[in-house]
Amino acid sequence: MENLTLKDLYFKFRDPKAMKTLTELIKKEASKLKEPMRVMEICGGHTHTIMKYGIKQLLPENIAFIHGPGCPVCVMPKERIDHAIELAKQPDVILATLGDMIRVPGSKSSLAKVRAEGADVRPLHSTLDVLKIAKENPNKKVVFFAIGFETTTPMTAALMDRAFKEGVRNIYYHINHVLVPPPMRAIMESGDAKINAFIGPSHVSVIIGAKAYEFLTREYNTPVVVAGFEPVDVMESIYMLIKQKNEGRCEVENQYKRATTWEGNVVAQTLIEKYMDVRDTFRWRGLGDIPKSALKLKDAYSEFDAEKVWADILPNEPIDDHKMCICGDILKGLKTPKDCKVFGTACTPSNPLGSCMVSDEGACNAYYRYDR
Amino acid sequence: MCLAIPSKVLSIDENNIAEVDTLGVKRQVSLDLIQEEVKPGDYVLIHVGYAMGKIDEKEALESIEIYKQLAEAAMQDDFAIEPERLVSEDGPLLYKPEEESK
Repeated sequence: MENLTLKDLYFKFRDPKAMKTLTELIKKEASKLKEPMRVMEICGGHTHTIMKYGIKQLLPENIAFIHGPGCPVCVMPKERIDHAIELAKQPDVILATLGDMIRVPGSKSSLAKVRAEGADVRPLHSTLDVLKIAKENPNKKVVFFAIGFETTTPMTAALMDRAFKEGVRNIYYHINHVLVPPPMRAIMESGDAKINAFIGPSHVSVIIGAKAYEFLTREYNTPVVVAGFEPVDVMESIYMLIKQKNEGRCEVENQYKRATTWEGNVVAQTLIEKYMDVRDTFRWRGLGDIPKSALKLKDAYSEFDAEKVWADILPNEPIDDHKMCICGDILKGLKTPKDCKVFGTACTPSNPLGSCMVSDEGACNAYYRYDR
Repeated sequence: MCLAIPSKVLSIDENNIAEVDTLGVKRQVSLDLIQEEVKPGDYVLIHVGYAMGKIDEKEALESIEIYKQLAEAAMQDDFAIEPERLVSEDGPLLYKPEEESK
């Protein structure tokens, strides 16, 4: 075999000719399906790949994609976005958060707006920059508004670990890390979306391992293929799912073996367990309260827990979405962006009403860009 | 948010920070979350300032080899092929946890 180059890792997994053959193989195999397949891609990154590369259009009619809730910005309820805004408005606070979060509308404002009004809000590319900001501003309280699924959680834990080792004590953590398996269970429990196969996330699975989805095969008789992010990965995974159906198998298979193992990244898992506990319950936008579906800081670190330190100024009343916005039903897999009356008109990426339009990983944003 | 980018490790310093190349863009990432041994020349997935996993070159090359066969089939309009790895129940693509524990 030839040596691997960095370019191969991108372009060999986007090869249009391989896509063409896979399209034919899928057509042939899908013609043998006894019932239509409703495949949920749980991860917003896959939604993006599916829309960007036109995969939806390549598939036969008896295979439908149902877009899942795997977009951390999209599932964050407004009251928690309001937390970030309230914290940013405190005069002694620097609020640091990753990318997209800045533009998400809360109930009355957004981080971008309060920044324009003078709040010190720092968008991050690297979680480690929080450490730098804290060291450069020893008289300020740096609040890290931490969002993201299991992919992003280990970086928050690693940041805490390094901050404590270096004796940096002016970083506070507002933890909104959410877990992927609990909403998958909630969606199967409700049954409304009629999902009968899952494409498992790529990079969440690098951390938690393919083993995390075994309950779906065991308890809900629903196959899962953990898939890479590139279009050929997604096509191959669809083919593997159809094969499972036609052969009467129901397994967790791993298409993304170049990066994912059964056990996952144990170093990352251990670090998360050192600093975080599972919350009893967490309110998801669209999906409502889901037990044990998010993380919080361990009690031992309460003095650095922004939710506790600023408890008296942080609102906790649930806030409903804009009444025209159907993000909730989209996140549940019940509707698609095209069912929304304000899609592309009152709600656009530059002026979003709902969070699914804000994030690159949101279904509305992907439809707006690629399938309008 | 869950996008992790394949990158090549160029060098590693004494603080466990690696300089990596992402298709021509150079940046610094922490290796604090990596469980495998990583050395210059290895490929890693990077996400918000950290390497989160090492890319298994053998697995990547095996996938690429399959896709090459698929691409050749497309050139010949020969869609009758069923690459063994895609269809065999014991094929390397299928997940066999017991193999890993060996």
